[in-house]
Amino acid sequence: MSRRLCQWAWLPLLFFSAACPVFAGDWKTSLREAQAKVVKIYGAGGLRQLEAYQTGILISSQGHVLTAWSYVLDTEDLTVVSNDGRRWQAELVGSDPLLDLAVLQLPLDGEEVSFYDLQNYEKQQVFEGQRVLALANVFGIATGDEEVSVMQGVVTALAPLDARRGAYRSRYRGKVYVLDVSVNNPGAAGGALVDWNGRLLGVLGKELRSRTTGTWLNYALPMAGIQSAIKNMLSGDVRSKQTNASAVEAPLKAEDLGLVMIPDVLERTPSYIDSVRRNSSADLAGLRVNDLVVFVGDAPINSCRNLFEELLQHERDEEITISVLREAALLEFTLHADDSEVVEKATANTAQ
Amino acid sequence: MKQFLMLLVFLFFMRPVMAELPVHDVVLQAEQTRIKVIQRASAATVAVFDANGEGGGSGVLISSDGYALSNFHVTAGSGVAMKCGLPDGKVYDAAIVGIDPVGDVALIQLLGRDDFPVAEIGDSDRVQVGDWAFVIGNPFLLADDFTPSVSYGMISGVQRYQYPAGTLLEYSDCLQTDAAINPGNSGGPLFDVSGKLIGINGRGSFEKRGRVNVGVGYAISINQINNFLSHLMGGRIVDHASLGATVSTEEDGRVVINDILESSDAYRRGLRYGDEIVQFAGRQITSANRLKNALGIFPPGWSVPLTYRREGETFDTFVRLMSLHDPNQLYTMIGQQEPRPLRPPEGEIPKPDDENEKKPKSIFPEFGRKKPKLPSAVAARYEQRRGYANYWYNLLKQENLWGHYREDDGQQLIGPSGGNLGWIIQGRLDGSNFDLQLYSQGAKLQSGRGKFEAKFTHDLERQLSPPRSGGLLLTLHLWHRMLEKGLRQYGEVSYLGQLPNGPAGELMDCLVGIYAGTEIRFLFSPENGELRGLEMFPDEQSDPCQIRFIRYGKMNGRRIPSHWLLQYGDEDPVEFEIETWEIGDES
Repeated sequence: MSRRLCQWAWLPLLFFSAACPVFAGDWKTSLREAQAKVVKIYGAGGLRQLEAYQTGILISSQGHVLTAWSYVLDTEDLTVVSNDGRRWQAELVGSDPLLDLAVLQLPLDGEEVSFYDLQNYEKQQVFEGQRVLALANVFGIATGDEEVSVMQGVVTALAPLDARRGAYRSRYRGKVYVLDVSVNNPGAAGGALVDWNGRLLGVLGKELRSRTTGTWLNYALPMAGIQSAIKNMLSGDVRSKQTNASAVEAPLKAEDLGLVMIPDVLERTPSYIDSVRRNSSADLAGLRVNDLVVFVGDAPINSCRNLFEELLQHERDEEITISVLREAALLEFTLHADDSEVVEKATANTAQ
Repeated sequence: MKQFLMLLVFLFFMRPVMAELPVHDVVLQAEQTRIKVIQRASAATVAVFDANGEGGGSGVLISSDGYALSNFHVTAGSGVAMKCGLPDGKVYDAAIVGIDPVGDVALIQLLGRDDFPVAEIGDSDRVQVGDWAFVIGNPFLLADDFTPSVSYGMISGVQRYQYPAGTLLEYSDCLQTDAAINPGNSGGPLFDVSGKLIGINGRGSFEKRGRVNVGVGYAISINQINNFLSHLMGGRIVDHASLGATVSTEEDGRVVINDILESSDAYRRGLRYGDEIVQFAGRQITSANRLKNALGIFPPGWSVPLTYRREGETFDTFVRLMSLHDPNQLYTMIGQQEPRPLRPPEGEIPKPDDENEKKPKSIFPEFGRKKPKLPSAVAARYEQRRGYANYWYNLLKQENLWGHYREDDGQQLIGPSGGNLGWIIQGRLDGSNFDLQLYSQGAKLQSGRGKFEAKFTHDLERQLSPPRSGGLLLTLHLWHRMLEKGLRQYGEVSYLGQLPNGPAGELMDCLVGIYAGTEIRFLFSPENGELRGLEMFPDEQSDPCQIRFIRYGKMNGRRIPSHWLLQYGDEDPVEFEIETWEIGDES
């Protein structure tokens, strides 16, 4: 306890750095170096309250960029701009729907970039009351070779996230760093939370509100909790949509599986299951109402339409796996449309 | 209950421990320094209200005779007179002086004292990302006694560009801070850690979280305001500058001219479609935004160094910037802005009495809702004129500059009584003698280059001899005319502000005279009021004839400009060395 209090006693020093010149020079250099590892990402969006930009963190010499998994990435034309103004067309390498994170790949062609070396990442001790800096392209202020914005604040708690986006509860419910400063502004998702030596502590999350109070939350995902997910995304957890549609003879439909999705009324209606026909293959496999379909096989699903299109890529008699989010868990189910056929008829007869 | 008791026991034992906790001297000293810095800075912070004591924003005093900076959008609804509260609890009348509607700056003058506390001016170009900064002002109109609120934070970004909100209010080269800037902070000061004024707060990014600070506020840099300050002091409605060309950022990152006005100085200096802009006003131009930032900090008329590249070859030149708006267009836009000052455009910090919010009660109930008459102190300092926020201040500058010159150096060239006195000037030019005779109807120059003549009876703009001088004889004639006629009878006279002049870019106070379609600018040293040069524009699309007086000398007991440097367009400069200067009856 006394050690902790001593740390507190020295905090005002940080607050008035001009009084401590030895400290001042070093941390600004660290800050510049950290800013060089944060990139601006431009992609889909642009409608009101759907900004077409976010932030990313360079995490390898091969041009891997860690960012938030969002609609911004849902485009063929994904541009990443570094703080020295270089720009690349990025490709999505992998995504983690539970953490809402994704990894992009930049075609570096031997170009050098500054990056956080996650292969040799040293775990950082973060304590409540610690001063931190948030680096992100909030409100898209920085363009071209301009540096991302820097905001300073304090980690006020390490607490489980209990949040919602619109009416939907957020998928991630693990612990996050709660901050005393509004860092999760438009465009900040995927930004870096660093200490005053520029060391990476966490990733800024998307804009979320508290489920209890409705207020906007200020938080970051701790690096410790996302390390393995990043490894997975980097090491071949490549989920590609590439399938040869023309080869499909008898395409699979959602009703073949006994799935009824919520009405497809939006440009991007979330792929929630509205009802499951009794004794259908979906029912037998264990799918439930309100499950959110996030993968069919290896293909990420981000809307009802997307789900229907993806199913059509599969033969009707093919065995497929469907991954869904239920509460905070990612669950995987294996289905075979033929399993339900007999049952379907039986049910139909019964109904008559 | 048990837990509660344990907490009590814990607190009992912790209390002495915490009290004895050693606090390092450096920390205590830093705290004391900070308190003093904030006290000093607070004293110069102003709470700005309209004449009814309603509305409200902030401001900061920059001179002991009461000149204070605020935002245009704070003062726009007030008209001429304002009420200003200082942290000493007192209320002062204030008059509008000058406005910069594009840069969102207003200059006002608090009246009634000549010893107002003043903020120390800093250098915003030295501000770095990561520097501590603090904001002082009147957020949410919290303080009834005008004790301002202070919020501390960090510089989040420098040289930021924010697109115009609505039609005006473009924030270029501004500072971004996470120190809280809220409604009511508009127009107030942003200080660096040592209490030096580095910006005027005026805008924030809010978007979906409602109109309260979310850690992203912007301040107009004080260095930009410094460039405009003399122009504002002249009571003017100040425009911003344009290069006369538009640019685009190419795929390869080059910033290239994609359109250029043939009437612009940039065109006359050789810039053409497709040229790459490399450097502007000492800044590397790596994006269109960077150029907008570099351009936005200057008033029109400012000359800046520019480097451009064409087909691999690099060219250096100086370009005189032109106005961003046509004057009538600007006044119309301001007119559109003024009737609805309570509904600021998106991006701008709303005043606390935004019509969507509950209006605070007037802090001066005696005035009620009725528009008061101008307070006498303000009325004595106000003169209405189109194109000016307050022409009274322009007259003041004109009379200060010309009055000082006319009584001193000027009267030695025209005599104390004025009248029809001509000049006969002789000296050396190009290594041979010259003889220049100037009288009210015309002028003659005889030199090694030939004989030249000009008549000043009609069509002045055509009397531009000698060739390739831009109108040397006409320039001298207009100077002579101003000495003869004075400010009120010359034609249309105004004070423009300070503009850089000469190769060193020395700032000069600029007095403008318009007569018979020609414009002459008298350039005075701000230090001693000495006339340092003349610039004559025969029309809006020509290069001026520039004469710089590089040395003064004594001649027959009179002090006269003895060395002139004549410059026109890209011609080589020509030096005139004056040996005799006779003043006599024209006959």
